[in-house]
Amino acid sequence: MNLLNAVIVGFKEIWAHKFRSVLTMLGIILGVASLVGMSALVKGMENGMKEALVAIGGLEKVRLDENDIPAYQRNLADQAVGCTMNDVYALQKSAPMIKMVTPEMRLRDVTITRGAKFFTPYVFVGTWPNALEMNQHIVEHGRMFNEIDDELARNVCIIGTDTRDALWGSPDDLGYELNPVGQRVSIKHQPFTIIGMFQHYESERERKVRELAKLKPAPVHTNSPTRSKGWGKKGSSYVYTLKNSTVYIPLNTMWVKFRSTAGSNNIPDARLSALSVKVRDVEKLEQSIQQAHNVLMHTHKGIEDFAFQTQEDWADNINRAIKNYRISGGIIAVISLLVGGIGIMNIMLASITERIREIGIRKAIGATFTDIFVQILVESVVIAIMGGAAGLLTSMGLVHLLAYLSPTDNTPQITLNALAIAFAFSVGVGILAGLIPAFKAARLHPIQALRYE
Amino acid sequence: MALIEVRNVSKLYHLGGEEIRALDDVSLDIDAGEFIAIIGPSGSGKSTLMHLLGCLDSPSKGTLRLDGTMIEKATAHQLSRIRNQKIGFVFQFFNLLPKLTVQQNVELPMIYSGLSGRERRERSLAALKLVGLENRAGHRPMQISGGQQQRVAIARALVNNPKIIFADEPTGNLDSNTGDAILELFRQLSREGRTIALVTHDPEIAAVTPRRIEIRDGKIAREVDARLAGLDRSSRAPQTAAAASPVQP
Repeated sequence: MNLLNAVIVGFKEIWAHKFRSVLTMLGIILGVASLVGMSALVKGMENGMKEALVAIGGLEKVRLDENDIPAYQRNLADQAVGCTMNDVYALQKSAPMIKMVTPEMRLRDVTITRGAKFFTPYVFVGTWPNALEMNQHIVEHGRMFNEIDDELARNVCIIGTDTRDALWGSPDDLGYELNPVGQRVSIKHQPFTIIGMFQHYESERERKVRELAKLKPAPVHTNSPTRSKGWGKKGSSYVYTLKNSTVYIPLNTMWVKFRSTAGSNNIPDARLSALSVKVRDVEKLEQSIQQAHNVLMHTHKGIEDFAFQTQEDWADNINRAIKNYRISGGIIAVISLLVGGIGIMNIMLASITERIREIGIRKAIGATFTDIFVQILVESVVIAIMGGAAGLLTSMGLVHLLAYLSPTDNTPQITLNALAIAFAFSVGVGILAGLIPAFKAARLHPIQALRYE
Repeated sequence: MALIEVRNVSKLYHLGGEEIRALDDVSLDIDAGEFIAIIGPSGSGKSTLMHLLGCLDSPSKGTLRLDGTMIEKATAHQLSRIRNQKIGFVFQFFNLLPKLTVQQNVELPMIYSGLSGRERRERSLAALKLVGLENRAGHRPMQISGGQQQRVAIARALVNNPKIIFADEPTGNLDSNTGDAILELFRQLSREGRTIALVTHDPEIAAVTPRRIEIRDGKIAREVDARLAGLDRSSRAPQTAAAASPVQP
């Protein structure tokens, strides 16, 4: 008996017991659907986390900060130079594995005022125009300052949406999107012109919450006093909050207007707060950092007063979290698939008991052990394959349902891999479940099987 | 050399520590082309003998040779192949598969011998024509009468051109008229040169065959061969008839 015949016989057998077969398949359908749904959820979470990682500049961005001098060099502390523009030029000239260098000069507790309104951004930085690319900023209105603005130390700034929201009002308050380009503000009592504004950064979750809120009617006013409900809401998307609360001015402006008089004891302080570099090839992150380190050891006169900060930990955390979700979800889904497999085995055992006589007849007219074994196994596998295929369809519906039930979470995403693995698993379970019944059926003695009533 | 050579065959069963001799030292030859009846009351061991001759079982002792193959040494797989290629069975309860059509039932042995679909259809139709049921090919076994079912079973037994056909009480479940018609069919097949062994408890039925072997308590009690007595004019020499086969493709 060839395989095609076995498959046809298997289909007939399943068709003859439609209800029973569907019930049996249900186990596999649910197992496959839960496996695919679980992996789609995890994939959605992964997408959200990776998005945040990209938002801070991606894995290829490495920050260079000042650091405490190691103990054995403490005696050289007086000669430590810190991060300066020398480092920037040296890296540009001598570190080919570094694609881009961006100097940053930061000022703390800067207040931007417009009339009676004021705002203190988290990040107030003098930098180069390439900070736009370095930190993955997108300009929504106006423009980024350019090299000429920097060269001439113009009083221009580009702001994040938080500054606009605080000084003029957010789109929700005003009812329209205000474009602040061209407006004048005062930063530390210096007049500045806003020449650009970044787009509003938010995670998929925040965007969905906002869109959902639009659809709902306005909140009913209660008599309870207005209050701040804490930072819990913003905590989850710290990255985006930080980006929205950013103000950039040209590096030279920062140096000329603020920093040259702001050093301790009014001595000009030419040091940079930090510098960001972008490596050419993330695969060679280790070597790139080593190269940058070697260059910097020259400019720092051999004193290691700096340290590198990468996003590797962040990426590792993402991967670890994803792996945990995957393992715990996978175990549950696989168990439910196994339960489905046990269901198949149960039905196949019942089915061969019903068909002992048929097996006896088939054996009497010449079916071998292999013929019967293959026939029963194929039946079991056919049930599993049909269940698996139906499960894949069900999983599409399940994923839509999941997205509908929790509209604010990351959209679950079905991957081809997940489909393939779930389907392969269901077929494997079908084979495993069919083995014992097939063996029992094939081993039947023809005479005893024929006599069975 | 005879088609079937049975030499000192015994079959023992163990039931609750007690040894039961279903067959005790039986020797017997069946030539190609013979029409033979194995008779005996129930429990006499005639069914056990048929199972051994039909390669459904292996003997405990003795040797059994079918068409030159030593049965007692064959594996289960080889026995299956022999049953498929060289033996046809007709049972008392027809033993057709109810879910398959008449034609599919007849095709079943050929599926296990690996014939192509086209050849299976041609040969199964030819076999059904031989038993006069070609117009019932698409029916289910439950939709035709008992006599017709038994004819389908005979067609199934014939379809692989076996060396020998075993019929176990083929009329046991039929009324006497249909039973007679079935017996007439067997007689006709025998005239065409088929080797047929009829197993029955009924001496009347056994009377249609020229040669009768009576089994009692696992032993051959009596053997009657009408041809040796010169009484049966219709019997022909086995060699002349063996070649004729209506289902030959």
